[in-house]
Amino acid sequence: MPKWALAYFGLTLIVMAYGFYAAMVAPKEATMGNLYRVFFYHLPHTILSFVFPYLNCAASFLYLYWRNRNVERAAAADAFALASAEITVLYASIGLATGMLWGRAAWGIWWAWDARMTTYLLLWLLYVSYLLVRRLSATGQTAVISAVLAIFAAIDVPICFMSIRWWRTQHPSAVFGGGDNSGIDPTMVPAVLWNMLAFAMWGAFLLGMRYAIERRRQRQSNAHALGFLGDEPGLSGGFRAAPSEAR
Amino acid sequence: MNYAHHVLTHLRKDLRLEWRTKDSINGMLFFALLVVVVLAMAFDPASYPTMTRQISGGLLCVAVLFAAMTALNQSWARETSNNVLDAHRLSAAPASALFVGKALANFLFVMAVEVVLAPIFTIFYNLHPLGETWKLLIILPLGTWALVVNGTFFAALSLRSRNRETLLPLVLLPISMPALLAMIQASTAVLTGEFEPTLWIKVLVAYVIVFTTTCVLLFQTILSAD
Repeated sequence: MPKWALAYFGLTLIVMAYGFYAAMVAPKEATMGNLYRVFFYHLPHTILSFVFPYLNCAASFLYLYWRNRNVERAAAADAFALASAEITVLYASIGLATGMLWGRAAWGIWWAWDARMTTYLLLWLLYVSYLLVRRLSATGQTAVISAVLAIFAAIDVPICFMSIRWWRTQHPSAVFGGGDNSGIDPTMVPAVLWNMLAFAMWGAFLLGMRYAIERRRQRQSNAHALGFLGDEPGLSGGFRAAPSEAR
Repeated sequence: MNYAHHVLTHLRKDLRLEWRTKDSINGMLFFALLVVVVLAMAFDPASYPTMTRQISGGLLCVAVLFAAMTALNQSWARETSNNVLDAHRLSAAPASALFVGKALANFLFVMAVEVVLAPIFTIFYNLHPLGETWKLLIILPLGTWALVVNGTFFAALSLRSRNRETLLPLVLLPISMPALLAMIQASTAVLTGEFEPTLWIKVLVAYVIVFTTTCVLLFQTILSAD
Protein backbone atom coordinates (compact mmCIF):
# COMPACT_ATOMS: atom_id res chain seq x y z
CA MET A 1 0.00 0.00 0.00
CA PRO A 2 1.45 3.45 -0.87
CA LYS A 3 2.20 5.84 2.01
CA TRP A 4 -0.59 8.30 1.20
CA ALA A 5 -3.11 5.43 1.29
CA LEU A 6 -1.86 4.42 4.73
CA ALA A 7 -2.12 8.04 5.89
CA TYR A 8 -5.66 8.23 4.50
CA PHE A 9 -6.51 4.98 6.28
CA GLY A 10 -5.22 6.39 9.56
CA LEU A 11 -7.19 9.61 9.08
CA THR A 12 -10.33 7.60 8.31
CA LEU A 13 -9.92 5.64 11.53
CA ILE A 14 -9.54 8.85 13.52
CA VAL A 15 -12.67 10.39 11.96
CA MET A 16 -14.59 7.15 12.57
CA ALA A 17 -13.49 7.09 16.20
CA TYR A 18 -14.56 10.73 16.63
CA GLY A 19 -17.88 9.95 14.88
CA PHE A 20 -18.47 7.11 17.32
CA TYR A 21 -17.67 9.39 20.25
CA ALA A 22 -20.01 12.11 18.91
CA ALA A 23 -22.79 9.56 18.48
CA MET A 24 -22.40 8.34 22.04
CA VAL A 25 -22.39 11.77 23.67
CA ALA A 26 -25.26 13.18 21.57
CA PRO A 27 -28.33 14.01 23.71
CA LYS A 28 -30.81 11.25 24.50
CA GLU A 29 -33.79 11.06 22.16
CA ALA A 30 -37.15 12.09 23.62
CA THR A 31 -39.15 8.90 23.06
CA MET A 32 -36.60 6.21 22.24
CA GLY A 33 -33.87 7.05 24.75
CA ASN A 34 -30.50 5.55 24.01
CA LEU A 35 -32.02 3.11 21.54
CA TYR A 36 -31.94 5.69 18.77
CA ARG A 37 -28.12 5.77 18.69
CA VAL A 38 -28.11 3.05 16.03
CA PHE A 39 -29.44 5.86 13.82
CA PHE A 40 -25.94 7.37 13.57
CA TYR A 41 -24.79 4.13 12.06
CA HIS A 42 -27.94 3.36 10.04
CA LEU A 43 -28.41 6.72 8.29
CA PRO A 44 -24.91 7.13 6.74
CA HIS A 45 -24.98 3.60 5.39
CA THR A 46 -28.43 3.96 3.83
CA ILE A 47 -27.72 7.36 2.29
CA LEU A 48 -24.31 6.32 0.97
CA SER A 49 -25.74 3.14 -0.52
CA PHE A 50 -27.77 5.42 -2.80
CA VAL A 51 -24.55 7.17 -3.89
CA PHE A 52 -22.39 4.20 -4.86
CA PRO A 53 -24.88 2.95 -7.49
CA TYR A 54 -24.31 6.18 -9.41
CA LEU A 55 -20.54 5.73 -9.30
CA ASN A 56 -21.22 2.26 -10.66
CA CYS A 57 -23.46 3.66 -13.40
CA ALA A 58 -20.93 6.35 -14.36
CA ALA A 59 -18.12 3.79 -14.53
CA SER A 60 -20.32 1.55 -16.68
CA PHE A 61 -21.02 4.39 -19.11
CA LEU A 62 -17.29 5.10 -19.29
CA TYR A 63 -16.62 1.41 -19.89
CA LEU A 64 -19.08 1.33 -22.81
CA TYR A 65 -17.54 4.51 -24.21
CA TRP A 66 -13.94 3.31 -23.96
CA ARG A 67 -14.65 -0.31 -24.91
CA ASN A 68 -13.61 0.08 -28.54
CA ARG A 69 -11.41 3.15 -28.04
CA ASN A 70 -9.04 2.54 -25.15
CA VAL A 71 -8.86 -0.99 -23.78
CA GLU A 72 -6.74 -0.09 -20.75
CA ARG A 73 -9.09 2.66 -19.55
CA ALA A 74 -12.09 0.43 -20.24
CA ALA A 75 -10.62 -2.26 -18.00
CA ALA A 76 -10.05 0.32 -15.27
CA ALA A 77 -13.66 1.54 -15.58
CA ASP A 78 -14.88 -2.04 -15.35
CA ALA A 79 -12.83 -2.67 -12.21
CA PHE A 80 -14.25 0.51 -10.68
CA ALA A 81 -17.80 -0.57 -11.58
CA LEU A 82 -17.29 -3.92 -9.89
CA ALA A 83 -15.79 -2.32 -6.78
CA SER A 84 -18.61 0.23 -6.43
CA ALA A 85 -21.28 -2.45 -6.89
CA GLU A 86 -19.72 -4.53 -4.14
CA ILE A 87 -19.55 -1.55 -1.78
CA THR A 88 -23.21 -0.81 -2.62
CA VAL A 89 -24.19 -4.32 -1.57
CA LEU A 90 -22.05 -4.09 1.56
CA TYR A 91 -23.49 -0.74 2.67
CA ALA A 92 -27.05 -1.74 1.76
CA SER A 93 -26.66 -4.97 3.73
CA ILE A 94 -25.47 -3.06 6.79
CA GLY A 95 -28.29 -0.53 6.31
CA LEU A 96 -30.87 -3.32 6.11
CA ALA A 97 -29.44 -5.18 9.10
CA THR A 98 -29.25 -2.14 11.37
CA GLY A 99 -32.69 -1.05 10.17
CA MET A 100 -34.16 -4.42 11.09
CA LEU A 101 -32.54 -4.40 14.54
CA TRP A 102 -33.82 -0.89 15.14
CA GLY A 103 -37.27 -1.75 13.80
CA ARG A 104 -37.50 -4.73 16.13
CA ALA A 105 -36.63 -2.55 19.11
CA ALA A 106 -38.66 0.54 18.17
CA TRP A 107 -41.73 -0.85 16.37
CA GLY A 108 -41.71 -4.41 17.76
CA ILE A 109 -41.37 -6.04 14.34
CA TRP A 110 -38.33 -7.04 12.34
CA TRP A 111 -39.76 -6.17 9.00
CA ALA A 112 -42.72 -4.07 7.87
CA TRP A 113 -43.49 -4.12 4.17
CA ASP A 114 -43.69 -0.37 3.94
CA ALA A 115 -42.54 1.68 0.99
CA ARG A 116 -39.06 2.66 2.08
CA MET A 117 -38.04 -0.75 3.32
CA THR A 118 -39.41 -2.48 0.24
CA THR A 119 -37.68 -0.15 -2.17
CA TYR A 120 -34.48 -0.34 -0.17
CA LEU A 121 -34.66 -4.12 -0.30
CA LEU A 122 -35.17 -3.75 -4.03
CA LEU A 123 -31.95 -1.72 -4.28
CA TRP A 124 -30.12 -4.49 -2.45
CA LEU A 125 -31.64 -7.17 -4.71
CA LEU A 126 -30.70 -5.19 -7.84
CA TYR A 127 -27.03 -5.04 -6.96
CA VAL A 128 -26.89 -8.61 -5.69
CA SER A 129 -28.31 -9.66 -9.07
CA TYR A 130 -25.66 -7.48 -10.74
CA LEU A 131 -22.92 -9.33 -8.87
CA LEU A 132 -24.52 -12.68 -9.73
CA VAL A 133 -24.64 -11.76 -13.41
CA ARG A 134 -20.94 -10.89 -13.28
CA ARG A 135 -20.31 -14.36 -11.96
CA LEU A 136 -22.61 -16.28 -14.30
CA SER A 137 -22.12 -14.53 -17.63
CA ALA A 138 -19.80 -15.97 -20.26
CA THR A 139 -16.17 -14.96 -20.09
CA GLY A 140 -15.36 -12.13 -22.46
CA GLN A 141 -18.85 -10.68 -22.21
CA THR A 142 -19.02 -10.11 -18.48
CA ALA A 143 -17.97 -6.47 -18.69
CA VAL A 144 -20.41 -5.46 -21.44
CA ILE A 145 -23.36 -7.33 -19.98
CA SER A 146 -22.79 -6.03 -16.50
CA ALA A 147 -22.28 -2.48 -17.75
CA VAL A 148 -25.65 -2.60 -19.50
CA LEU A 149 -27.27 -4.10 -16.43
CA ALA A 150 -25.71 -1.39 -14.24
CA ILE A 151 -27.37 1.27 -16.38
CA PHE A 152 -30.73 -0.47 -16.01
CA ALA A 153 -30.26 -0.79 -12.26
CA ALA A 154 -29.29 2.87 -11.88
CA ILE A 155 -32.45 3.89 -13.77
CA ASP A 156 -34.45 1.74 -11.38
CA VAL A 157 -32.98 3.42 -8.30
CA PRO A 158 -34.79 6.80 -8.63
CA ILE A 159 -38.09 5.01 -9.22
CA CYS A 160 -37.27 3.25 -5.99
CA PHE A 161 -36.36 6.51 -4.28
CA MET A 162 -39.45 8.42 -5.47
CA SER A 163 -41.80 5.73 -4.30
CA ILE A 164 -41.54 7.13 -0.79
CA ARG A 165 -43.92 9.85 -1.91
CA TRP A 166 -46.29 7.45 -3.64
CA TRP A 167 -46.91 4.92 -0.91
CA ARG A 168 -48.23 5.21 2.58
CA THR A 169 -45.27 4.67 4.83
CA GLN A 170 -44.55 3.53 8.34
CA HIS A 171 -40.96 4.68 8.19
CA PRO A 172 -40.40 8.13 9.69
CA SER A 173 -40.54 10.77 6.96
CA ALA A 174 -37.32 11.63 5.24
CA VAL A 175 -34.75 13.16 7.57
CA PHE A 176 -33.63 15.73 5.04
CA GLY A 177 -36.25 17.50 2.93
CA GLY A 178 -39.21 15.51 4.22
CA GLY A 179 -41.43 18.50 5.02
CA ASP A 180 -42.81 19.46 8.43
CA ASN A 181 -42.55 17.13 11.39
CA SER A 182 -39.42 15.57 10.00
CA GLY A 183 -35.78 16.20 10.66
CA ILE A 184 -33.71 15.95 13.79
CA ASP A 185 -32.92 18.08 16.77
CA PRO A 186 -30.18 20.65 15.93
CA THR A 187 -28.03 19.33 18.80
CA MET A 188 -27.77 15.98 17.03
CA VAL A 189 -26.68 17.42 13.68
CA PRO A 190 -22.89 17.47 14.33
CA ALA A 191 -22.91 13.79 15.28
CA VAL A 192 -24.83 12.93 12.10
CA LEU A 193 -22.44 14.91 9.93
CA TRP A 194 -19.31 13.43 11.55
CA ASN A 195 -20.67 9.94 11.03
CA MET A 196 -21.61 10.72 7.44
CA LEU A 197 -18.07 11.90 6.80
CA ALA A 198 -16.57 8.91 8.58
CA PHE A 199 -18.52 6.33 6.62
CA ALA A 200 -18.06 8.18 3.34
CA MET A 201 -14.29 8.10 3.93
CA TRP A 202 -14.42 4.46 4.97
CA GLY A 203 -16.48 3.59 1.88
CA ALA A 204 -14.04 5.42 -0.38
CA PHE A 205 -11.15 3.57 1.24
CA LEU A 206 -12.80 0.17 0.72
CA LEU A 207 -13.67 1.15 -2.84
CA GLY A 208 -10.08 2.09 -3.58
CA MET A 209 -8.74 -1.13 -2.09
CA ARG A 210 -11.23 -3.27 -4.00
CA TYR A 211 -10.40 -1.38 -7.21
CA ALA A 212 -6.69 -1.97 -6.71
CA ILE A 213 -7.27 -5.68 -6.10
CA GLU A 214 -9.44 -6.02 -9.20
CA ARG A 215 -6.85 -4.17 -11.33
CA ARG A 216 -4.19 -6.52 -10.05
CA ARG A 217 -6.36 -9.51 -10.92
CA GLN A 218 -6.90 -8.10 -14.44
CA ARG A 219 -3.17 -7.59 -14.92
CA GLN A 220 -2.48 -11.07 -13.65
CA SER A 221 -4.96 -12.69 -16.01
CA ASN A 222 -3.55 -10.64 -18.92
CA ALA A 223 -0.06 -11.74 -18.01
CA HIS A 224 -1.33 -15.27 -17.77
CA ALA A 225 -2.81 -15.09 -21.26
CA LEU A 226 0.39 -13.55 -22.65
CA GLY A 227 2.37 -16.26 -20.88
CA PHE A 228 0.48 -18.84 -22.88
CA LEU A 229 1.36 -17.03 -26.07
CA GLY A 230 4.99 -17.35 -25.06
CA ASP A 231 6.21 -13.83 -25.87
CA GLU A 232 6.14 -12.44 -22.37
CA PRO A 233 7.60 -13.69 -19.11
CA GLY A 234 4.09 -13.47 -17.69
CA LEU A 235 3.97 -15.65 -14.61
CA SER A 236 6.82 -16.47 -12.36
CA GLY A 237 7.27 -20.20 -12.89
CA GLY A 238 5.15 -22.51 -15.02
CA PHE A 239 3.99 -22.04 -18.61
CA ARG A 240 7.45 -21.14 -19.90
CA ALA A 241 9.62 -23.43 -21.91
CA ALA A 242 12.80 -24.42 -20.16
CA PRO A 243 15.87 -22.50 -21.49
CA SER A 244 17.34 -25.58 -23.13
CA GLU A 245 14.19 -26.31 -25.12
CA ALA A 246 13.76 -22.69 -26.11
CA ARG A 247 17.39 -22.52 -27.23
CA MET B 1 -36.80 0.14 -46.40
CA ASN B 2 -37.57 2.34 -43.43
CA TYR B 3 -37.43 1.43 -39.76
CA ALA B 4 -41.11 0.45 -39.43
CA HIS B 5 -40.73 -1.86 -42.39
CA HIS B 6 -37.81 -3.68 -40.72
CA VAL B 7 -39.79 -4.02 -37.50
CA LEU B 8 -42.78 -5.39 -39.38
CA THR B 9 -40.62 -7.91 -41.21
CA HIS B 10 -39.17 -9.21 -37.95
CA LEU B 11 -42.61 -9.28 -36.36
CA ARG B 12 -44.09 -11.19 -39.29
CA LYS B 13 -41.24 -13.70 -39.17
CA ASP B 14 -41.74 -14.34 -35.45
CA LEU B 15 -45.50 -14.63 -35.78
CA ARG B 16 -45.10 -17.09 -38.67
CA LEU B 17 -42.64 -19.21 -36.69
CA GLU B 18 -45.00 -19.29 -33.76
CA TRP B 19 -47.99 -20.05 -36.00
CA ARG B 20 -46.21 -23.10 -37.39
CA THR B 21 -44.89 -24.51 -34.12
CA LYS B 22 -47.20 -23.01 -31.45
CA ASP B 23 -44.53 -23.84 -28.88
CA SER B 24 -44.57 -20.67 -26.79
CA ILE B 25 -48.31 -20.08 -26.62
CA ASN B 26 -49.23 -23.67 -25.75
CA GLY B 27 -46.49 -23.86 -23.14
CA MET B 28 -47.37 -20.52 -21.60
CA LEU B 29 -51.10 -21.20 -21.53
CA PHE B 30 -50.81 -24.54 -19.81
CA PHE B 31 -48.18 -23.23 -17.41
CA ALA B 32 -50.37 -20.25 -16.44
CA LEU B 33 -53.33 -22.57 -15.92
CA LEU B 34 -51.21 -24.74 -13.63
CA VAL B 35 -50.13 -21.68 -11.65
CA VAL B 36 -53.81 -20.71 -11.19
CA VAL B 37 -54.61 -24.20 -9.89
CA VAL B 38 -51.56 -24.34 -7.61
CA LEU B 39 -52.34 -20.90 -6.14
CA ALA B 40 -55.93 -22.00 -5.48
CA MET B 41 -54.45 -24.52 -3.06
CA ALA B 42 -52.75 -21.78 -1.08
CA PHE B 43 -56.09 -20.26 -0.09
CA ASP B 44 -59.81 -20.95 -0.53
CA PRO B 45 -61.10 -18.72 -3.35
CA ALA B 46 -64.75 -19.78 -3.00
CA SER B 47 -65.30 -19.05 0.70
CA TYR B 48 -63.62 -15.66 1.03
CA PRO B 49 -64.83 -13.43 -1.83
CA THR B 50 -63.40 -10.21 -0.34
CA MET B 51 -59.94 -11.63 0.15
CA THR B 52 -60.09 -13.19 -3.30
CA ARG B 53 -60.85 -9.79 -4.81
CA GLN B 54 -57.95 -8.26 -2.92
CA ILE B 55 -55.33 -10.73 -4.02
CA SER B 56 -56.43 -12.14 -7.36
CA GLY B 57 -55.18 -9.11 -9.32
CA GLY B 58 -51.73 -9.87 -7.99
CA LEU B 59 -52.09 -13.58 -8.64
CA LEU B 60 -53.05 -12.97 -12.26
CA CYS B 61 -50.04 -10.72 -12.80
CA VAL B 62 -47.69 -13.21 -11.16
CA ALA B 63 -49.10 -16.06 -13.22
CA VAL B 64 -48.62 -14.03 -16.39
CA LEU B 65 -45.07 -13.07 -15.41
CA PHE B 66 -44.04 -16.67 -14.74
CA ALA B 67 -45.69 -17.85 -17.93
CA ALA B 68 -43.98 -15.13 -19.96
CA MET B 69 -40.62 -16.11 -18.52
CA THR B 70 -40.96 -19.66 -19.87
CA ALA B 71 -41.44 -18.27 -23.38
CA LEU B 72 -38.83 -15.50 -23.36
CA ASN B 73 -35.78 -17.74 -23.42
CA GLN B 74 -37.19 -19.76 -26.29
CA SER B 75 -37.84 -16.67 -28.35
CA TRP B 76 -34.09 -16.00 -28.66
CA ALA B 77 -33.04 -19.65 -28.67
CA ARG B 78 -34.73 -19.85 -32.07
CA GLU B 79 -32.27 -17.33 -33.43
CA THR B 80 -29.20 -19.24 -32.30
CA SER B 81 -29.68 -22.30 -34.52
CA ASN B 82 -27.74 -22.13 -37.80
CA ASN B 83 -26.02 -18.99 -36.45
CA VAL B 84 -28.96 -16.79 -37.42
CA LEU B 85 -27.92 -14.33 -34.77
CA ASP B 86 -24.58 -13.75 -36.49
CA ALA B 87 -26.45 -13.13 -39.72
CA HIS B 88 -28.53 -10.52 -37.89
CA ARG B 89 -25.33 -8.89 -36.70
CA LEU B 90 -23.98 -8.68 -40.23
CA SER B 91 -27.26 -7.36 -41.58
CA ALA B 92 -27.48 -3.71 -42.54
CA ALA B 93 -30.87 -3.42 -40.84
CA PRO B 94 -30.82 -1.56 -37.49
CA ALA B 95 -30.32 -3.97 -34.59
CA SER B 96 -33.04 -2.38 -32.52
CA ALA B 97 -35.61 -3.23 -35.23
CA LEU B 98 -34.90 -6.88 -34.50
CA PHE B 99 -35.46 -6.21 -30.82
CA VAL B 100 -38.66 -4.22 -31.28
CA GLY B 101 -40.08 -6.84 -33.65
CA LYS B 102 -39.37 -9.63 -31.22
CA ALA B 103 -40.68 -7.69 -28.23
CA LEU B 104 -43.91 -6.97 -30.15
CA ALA B 105 -44.26 -10.66 -31.04
CA ASN B 106 -43.73 -11.70 -27.41
CA PHE B 107 -46.20 -9.04 -26.33
CA LEU B 108 -48.86 -10.45 -28.66
CA PHE B 109 -48.23 -14.00 -27.38
CA VAL B 110 -48.52 -13.00 -23.73
CA MET B 111 -51.62 -10.90 -24.46
CA ALA B 112 -53.21 -13.92 -26.16
CA VAL B 113 -52.52 -15.94 -23.02
CA GLU B 114 -54.08 -13.22 -20.87
CA VAL B 115 -57.20 -13.08 -23.02
CA VAL B 116 -57.74 -16.79 -22.36
CA LEU B 117 -56.59 -16.70 -18.76
CA ALA B 118 -58.71 -13.78 -17.50
CA PRO B 119 -62.09 -15.53 -18.00
CA ILE B 120 -60.69 -18.73 -16.50
CA PHE B 121 -59.54 -16.72 -13.51
CA THR B 122 -62.98 -15.13 -13.12
CA ILE B 123 -64.70 -18.52 -13.21
CA PHE B 124 -62.29 -20.47 -11.00
CA TYR B 125 -61.98 -17.76 -8.34
CA ASN B 126 -65.66 -16.67 -8.40
CA LEU B 127 -64.54 -13.13 -9.07
CA HIS B 128 -66.98 -10.19 -8.95
CA PRO B 129 -65.04 -7.03 -9.75
CA LEU B 130 -66.34 -3.92 -8.00
CA GLY B 131 -64.43 -1.22 -9.91
CA GLU B 132 -64.51 -0.09 -13.51
CA THR B 133 -63.49 -3.25 -15.36
CA TRP B 134 -62.78 -1.51 -18.67
CA LYS B 135 -59.70 0.04 -17.10
CA LEU B 136 -58.13 -3.42 -17.16
CA LEU B 137 -57.99 -2.96 -20.94
CA ILE B 138 -55.42 -0.21 -20.31
CA ILE B 139 -53.64 -1.75 -17.33
CA LEU B 140 -53.02 -5.25 -18.63
CA PRO B 141 -51.50 -4.28 -22.01
CA LEU B 142 -49.31 -1.61 -20.36
CA GLY B 143 -48.12 -3.97 -17.64
CA THR B 144 -47.56 -6.78 -20.10
CA TRP B 145 -45.49 -4.55 -22.36
CA ALA B 146 -43.45 -3.39 -19.36
CA LEU B 147 -42.65 -7.00 -18.43
CA VAL B 148 -42.11 -8.20 -21.99
CA VAL B 149 -39.88 -5.37 -23.20
CA ASN B 150 -37.43 -5.89 -20.33
CA GLY B 151 -37.85 -9.65 -20.51
CA THR B 152 -36.98 -9.77 -24.21
CA PHE B 153 -33.96 -7.56 -23.60
CA PHE B 154 -32.61 -9.59 -20.70
CA ALA B 155 -33.26 -12.85 -22.51
CA ALA B 156 -30.98 -11.53 -25.27
CA LEU B 157 -28.49 -10.44 -22.63
CA SER B 158 -28.31 -13.85 -20.99
CA LEU B 159 -28.38 -15.70 -24.31
CA ARG B 160 -24.74 -16.74 -24.40
CA SER B 161 -24.20 -17.09 -20.69
CA ARG B 162 -23.44 -20.40 -19.05
CA ASN B 163 -26.87 -21.02 -17.55
CA ARG B 164 -29.32 -18.72 -19.20
CA GLU B 165 -32.43 -20.41 -17.82
CA THR B 166 -31.40 -19.37 -14.31
CA LEU B 167 -29.98 -16.00 -15.22
CA LEU B 168 -33.12 -14.50 -16.80
CA PRO B 169 -35.35 -14.51 -13.69
CA LEU B 170 -32.43 -13.34 -11.53
CA VAL B 171 -32.06 -10.22 -13.66
CA LEU B 172 -35.64 -9.65 -14.79
CA LEU B 173 -37.42 -9.90 -11.45
CA PRO B 174 -35.55 -7.15 -9.55
CA ILE B 175 -35.60 -4.73 -12.49
CA SER B 176 -39.30 -5.17 -13.26
CA MET B 177 -40.42 -5.03 -9.63
CA PRO B 178 -41.76 -1.43 -9.89
CA ALA B 179 -43.74 -2.38 -13.02
CA LEU B 180 -45.07 -5.52 -11.39
CA LEU B 181 -46.05 -3.57 -8.30
CA ALA B 182 -47.82 -0.88 -10.32
CA MET B 183 -49.63 -3.51 -12.40
CA ILE B 184 -50.74 -5.40 -9.30
CA GLN B 185 -51.85 -2.25 -7.48
CA ALA B 186 -53.77 -0.97 -10.49
CA SER B 187 -55.57 -4.25 -11.14
CA THR B 188 -56.34 -4.64 -7.43
CA ALA B 189 -57.81 -1.12 -7.49
CA VAL B 190 -60.08 -2.14 -10.35
CA LEU B 191 -61.13 -5.44 -8.79
CA THR B 192 -61.86 -4.10 -5.30
CA GLY B 193 -63.07 -0.63 -6.32
CA GLU B 194 -61.54 0.71 -3.10
CA PHE B 195 -59.16 3.23 -4.67
CA GLU B 196 -58.37 4.83 -8.00
CA PRO B 197 -55.86 3.09 -10.29
CA THR B 198 -54.91 6.38 -12.01
CA LEU B 199 -51.64 6.93 -10.12
CA TRP B 200 -50.45 3.40 -10.83
CA ILE B 201 -51.36 3.67 -14.50
CA LYS B 202 -49.18 6.78 -14.64
CA VAL B 203 -46.33 4.86 -12.98
CA LEU B 204 -46.74 2.13 -15.59
CA VAL B 205 -46.71 4.64 -18.44
CA ALA B 206 -43.54 6.28 -17.10
CA TYR B 207 -41.87 2.91 -16.59
CA VAL B 208 -42.80 1.76 -20.08
CA ILE B 209 -41.48 4.92 -21.73
CA VAL B 210 -38.21 4.94 -19.77
CA PHE B 211 -37.37 1.29 -20.21
CA THR B 212 -38.49 0.95 -23.82
CA THR B 213 -36.16 3.82 -24.69
CA THR B 214 -33.29 2.31 -22.73
CA CYS B 215 -33.76 -1.12 -24.30
CA VAL B 216 -33.89 0.28 -27.83
CA LEU B 217 -30.77 2.39 -27.25
CA LEU B 218 -28.69 -0.36 -25.66
CA PHE B 219 -29.70 -3.32 -27.80
CA GLN B 220 -26.95 -2.78 -30.36
CA THR B 221 -24.37 -3.05 -27.55
CA ILE B 222 -25.81 -6.34 -26.36
CA LEU B 223 -26.08 -7.87 -29.80
CA SER B 224 -22.40 -7.26 -30.50
CA ALA B 225 -21.22 -8.03 -26.98
CA ASP B 226 -18.16 -10.07 -27.89
